[in-house]
Parts: sequence; C-alpha cells; structure tokens
Amino acid sequence: MGETPHRSADAGTGGTRVTEGHERPTGASARVAEAPVSTRTPGGTGLGGGGALPRARAFGAERAFRGLTLAAGTVVLVIIAAIAVFLVAKAVPALRADTENFWTFEGWFPNDAEPKFGIGALAFGTVLTAALALLVAVPVALGIALYLSHYAPRRVGTTLGFLIDLLAAVPSVVFGLWGREIFLRPVHDFSIWLNKYFSWIPLFGGEGPFGKSILLGSLVLAIMVLPIITSLSREVFLQTPTANEEAALALGATRWEMLRTAVLPYGRPGIIAAVMLGLGRALGETIALAMTLGITFNISFNLIENGGNSIAANIANTFGEANETGRGALIASGLVLFAITLIVNITARVIIYRRREFTESAA
Amino acid sequence: MTTTVTSHRPRPAAQPDTLRAKRLPRYAAPAIALAALLVAAVVVYGAGIGGPVLVVVLGALLYLVGLFVAANAVEGRRAARNRTWSALIHSAFVLAVLPLASVAWTLISKGVERLDGDFFLTSMNNIGARDPNGGAYHAIIGTLEQVGVAALISVPLGILCAIYIVEYGRGKFAFAIRFFVDVMTGIPSIVSGLFVLAFWVLIVSPWFNDGRPSFSGFAAALALSVLMLPTVVRSTEEMLRLVPAPLREGAYALGVPKWKTILRVVLPTALPGIVTGVMLAVARAAGETAPVLLVAGGGAAINFNPFENNQSSLALFVYQQAGDASRYAPARAWAAALTLVALVLILTIAAKLLARRNRLGR
Repeated sequence: MGETPHRSADAGTGGTRVTEGHERPTGASARVAEAPVSTRTPGGTGLGGGGALPRARAFGAERAFRGLTLAAGTVVLVIIAAIAVFLVAKAVPALRADTENFWTFEGWFPNDAEPKFGIGALAFGTVLTAALALLVAVPVALGIALYLSHYAPRRVGTTLGFLIDLLAAVPSVVFGLWGREIFLRPVHDFSIWLNKYFSWIPLFGGEGPFGKSILLGSLVLAIMVLPIITSLSREVFLQTPTANEEAALALGATRWEMLRTAVLPYGRPGIIAAVMLGLGRALGETIALAMTLGITFNISFNLIENGGNSIAANIANTFGEANETGRGALIASGLVLFAITLIVNITARVIIYRRREFTESAA
Repeated sequence: MTTTVTSHRPRPAAQPDTLRAKRLPRYAAPAIALAALLVAAVVVYGAGIGGPVLVVVLGALLYLVGLFVAANAVEGRRAARNRTWSALIHSAFVLAVLPLASVAWTLISKGVERLDGDFFLTSMNNIGARDPNGGAYHAIIGTLEQVGVAALISVPLGILCAIYIVEYGRGKFAFAIRFFVDVMTGIPSIVSGLFVLAFWVLIVSPWFNDGRPSFSGFAAALALSVLMLPTVVRSTEEMLRLVPAPLREGAYALGVPKWKTILRVVLPTALPGIVTGVMLAVARAAGETAPVLLVAGGGAAINFNPFENNQSSLALFVYQQAGDASRYAPARAWAAALTLVALVLILTIAAKLLARRNRLGR
C-alpha cells in the first residue's frame, strides 16, 4: 500500500490510489453510475442503497468510458472480419483471371499475359514442412521441458529455462540466416548419406542435388519452434501440484511413473496449447522457409532433393516482381493460409476451452 | 487427485534377502555406454557406412537398448523403464542444445566482424556490390519508428479491449471477443502484411498519393500492430484479473465511480505486468520481417518519415543482405542480425526482470 495522504475525511480505509487525485471527495458518490457489488457480477440497476443514491446519467463519464472500452473490444472482431473481407476483395479478380484450376494446378505464373497459378503444391509444402517440424520438435521439446522442470538441479533448470525463454524471442530471420549459411552443410552431408543407403525409400530417393530441401526447411523450423514449445510446457509442468507428485512417489512410483501419472496428465491441456501454438508458428513461418527451401512448384514427398515451397515463402519470394494480378494471386494464397491457420487455431481453442472445465488453471 | 499407481504383481516366491531391491552397480551405466560406443565404432567402420557422427548416434541407440536390457535383468521392468526414459529425456536435452548453441555461437562470432561505428552511422545508399562498407543506420531508424508507431496504436487499444473483457464484458459478446483475441494470436505475420497491403497500401493510400499505391513505414506499423494487439490484450487481461477484489471494493465503498476505479486503482496496480506484456509484444514485432517486406518496401536510403516513401527495418535488412550476391553482404547480414537480437533480447530481459519485481506476481 504505502503512504496514505489523508485528504478527505471518509477515505481512511481505502487504498492510497483511491484518494489520490480526488478533486471532490465528498461529491464523489454523486457520480456513481452503477452500484457494483463485486467485480465479476456488477449489479445492473442504479438503485443500490435504498434509493437514496443518484440515478445513472445518460451521458456521464461512466457511459463514455464503457462505450470506449466496448469500441476497443469490437475492433478485434472488426479486424478479423476486415482481414477476411479485404483479402477476398483483392483475391477475387485475380482468381477470375486465372486460366487454370486454382486448387490443382502445379505452378505459379500469375504475371503472364494468361495468368496460370495453383495453390496445391504450396499448400502441400506448407502442411508437410509444418508437420515434419512438429514431428521432430514436440518430443524433443517435451523432453527438455521435463528435464528442466524435474531432472535438472533447480539452479540449472531455472537458468537454462531463462535462456530457452530468450531463444524463443529470437526473430525467425536469424534462424533462416543460420540455416542457410551454417546448417546447410551438415544437412547436405546427411542427405547424401541417407540417399546412399536409403534411396529405396521414396522419401530419400532422387538424384540430387541435395541440401536446400524440405528436410533443411523443416529442421530449421523445428529448431525455431522448439524453444516456444519448451518454454510453454515447462511452465505448465512446473505448475503441477507438489502434493500430486509427492503422493505418487510415496506410493512407490519411480520418477518416470510419477511423471507419467501425475505430471503429464495434469499438463495435457497446456501441452496441447503449446503444440498448437508451435503449429501456428510453423504454418505461418515465412522468412526462415523462404531462405532455406529450394523453390519448386511440384507435389513431391521427396524430403532431401533441392526443392519444396510453402505459401508464405512463395509470397516473400515472388512479391517483388508481382504485377496487379500477381499481387491478387499472392493475396489469394494468403487467404488460403489464413483459412488453414484459422481452422487450426479455432480447433485448438475449442479443445483448450473444453479441457479447462476439468483442469482449471492449467493452460 | 488424478494420481493412480497401478498395483503390481507380488514379488516372486523367492524372498529377497535384504529389504532393498537389487540395483545396477554405479559403474554399469558408463560401462554400457563405452561398450555401446565400441560396438558402434566396429560396426560403422567395419561396414564403412559413415563417420564419427554415425558412431555417436548408433552408440546412443545401443546404449539405450543395453541399459534397458541390463536394468530389466537386474532391477526389474519398472526400474528399467525409469532408467531408459531418464536417458531419453537427457539425450533430448543434449540434442536440442547443440543446434541452439550453434545458432548463438555463429551469431556472436560472425556478428562482431562488421560491428563497428561505420555500421551504425551509415546507410546502404550508393553502396555497390564491391564496397565493403555500408551500414544499417536506415534500418535501425525504420525498426524503431515502425515499432514505436505500432505500439502507439496497439497499446491503448489493447488495454481498453482488455478492460472491456475483464471489467465490463458479459455474456456471449465478451466471450466472442476473448475467443477471437485468442484466435488472433495465431494469425501469421505474412497474412497481417497481406491484409495491410490489400487494405491500406492498395485501397486507402492512393487517396493521399495521386492514385498510386504508396509503401510506407506507417503501413508496416499497421501490420505490426495487428500482430501486437492480441499479445497486449492477453497479458493485460491476465494482469487485470490478478488485481485483488478488495482493492476494487474499497474504491466502490468510497463511492468512486467504476471508470475512475479502473483508471486510478486497477490499472496502476497492474501496471508493471502490463508493461512487461507490452515489452514482449514490442520485442516480437521488432523481429518480424514479412509484413515489412510486403508493405514498407525496403530501401537503401535513410528515411525519417514513416508516412511517405519506402522504409527498411533491421529484420528486412538481414533478409535482403542474406540474398545479396556481394561477398561483403553476409558480414553485414550477421552484424544486423546480432544488432536485432541484441535489441530484442534487451527488451525481453528487461520485461522479465520487471515481471520478477511485479508485486502481483503469479
């Protein structure tokens, strides 16, 4: 609380901030617009204490402020709607001009006299890279989170956790630069090795050249989302009630059994939220992929040959030389990306909101 | 309590002679590791299928299997599982630290190469492919201005929105706003860039610019504020909910109107937390490349005016230099990346320190 400036007789028990700057303390009650009982369920009617209180004014500061906040809240809905509306408005003319099927054509030539472009290969690349990245990142991230929260000495855990939090804030362009300049070499060697011994698996087939491939893109993506998933799930694991953990240990559970029976079930909604957030980041990632994928426009499951593309990377790469139709085409592809991420996000939120009923406070 | 430990089979008839279960000796784990590495080395070099990296990977796998088998034989299945999972968790940690450490190391070692006064005081104007100098002054100006304007837009809006959700909102409408703020967190940065491109650059800005679309730093700021808004709302909302109810009730009891209670009691109490959230949002926005690329256009010259003409930003500078054919470009890219990371990390660390001093805490 701190100091209490007694500037009015009836302010003895209130918080300091209440009395601070009250110009007319005695007249303050004259401006009560509502008589809220508690914060969560404010009373609706103006008459609280026996009708002696003044009535709500039609144009008081209270109404104005409430209207202001309501407007700010509405802006969020307006923005979401506006994103959809404006993207559609700019995408439709380009889609009309498209002389090929937008969903199935593999290629991107919207700047030609006869615009030809299709989203199929791009959407495929987006989903494939994001899925691969999560496949790699999630188990490792959960492992690190468990290590930091339950295996490492407390000091080490806190310090490393802080460092991981910092890494989560590193911009994606830095990971892209690193992937392109440093990580390309080991991945290239690894790809050649895979191709030499496992070329009978279609994923690792091909004649080369190798390197700037889906594998590189998704590994960079995985390294990028790793700190995000780790720092969120670590926080969730740390929130497990100690009583649950100790009860499991007291019943003779080994440490892994304790983690499996007490920590993981408790943290499940949080883990789902973290993974979905990572998926959202991976799907929408632009620059890291634009810098590491070798741009092609075909649907192929080959992971190690130069190639691969994603919606966002394509926008960043081809925006510079796009004309009117080209921009429209890119906006149309952005609309598809928006729809994909919207579906993923809404699904995630529905899962979390439903789970929240069972495990309050986690997530 | 969700904890349930399944009952286990009673021990076999032969009673152990001590109360303590048998355990693997201390030297077992290193011994198994050594043996696994040896076997892996023999297999890999014998068959000629790879180098030292493969030896380590194969050795690690053999170690996991060997550990499980040995522990299973001596200590029983449960302890064996425990050991294996523990080893897996530790190796996940090692696996992840390697690339992350490499990122940090490369960033610093390559970044300091060009990090001189020249880098901070010159732009890329008139710098050709053969010129080793040139700097990021214009990009730093761009980043600061764009992020500043974005904060000016999104912070008041976000705080008011959070106040509505926590203090006034009721029923379906408030729930819808909360839900869509959550959804908005997941909007990809490139989509927000495209939105501002379609809305501001292509439709609104021609009105001010003789019918031609104009790229500007302000457009980038708009796109960044779309990205910052949900972060600001969520962190403010969380902080407002942490403000103790008695503080509010005390104010109400004194006859202070609700709006004044919010502005004078609730907000000041939650302020440190809100500032933390805002700083984290700013840090994230400063690192975004895609929206700036789409709507600010980039540029080599210094441009102080965010409302007219192209502007660059640090992240965009890194991207452009990385794609540049000049042999001096990579050094500039790394130096700019280091500057950007330093800026972002300073903000993040300051935010975390502030959060630690926050009285409301978690």
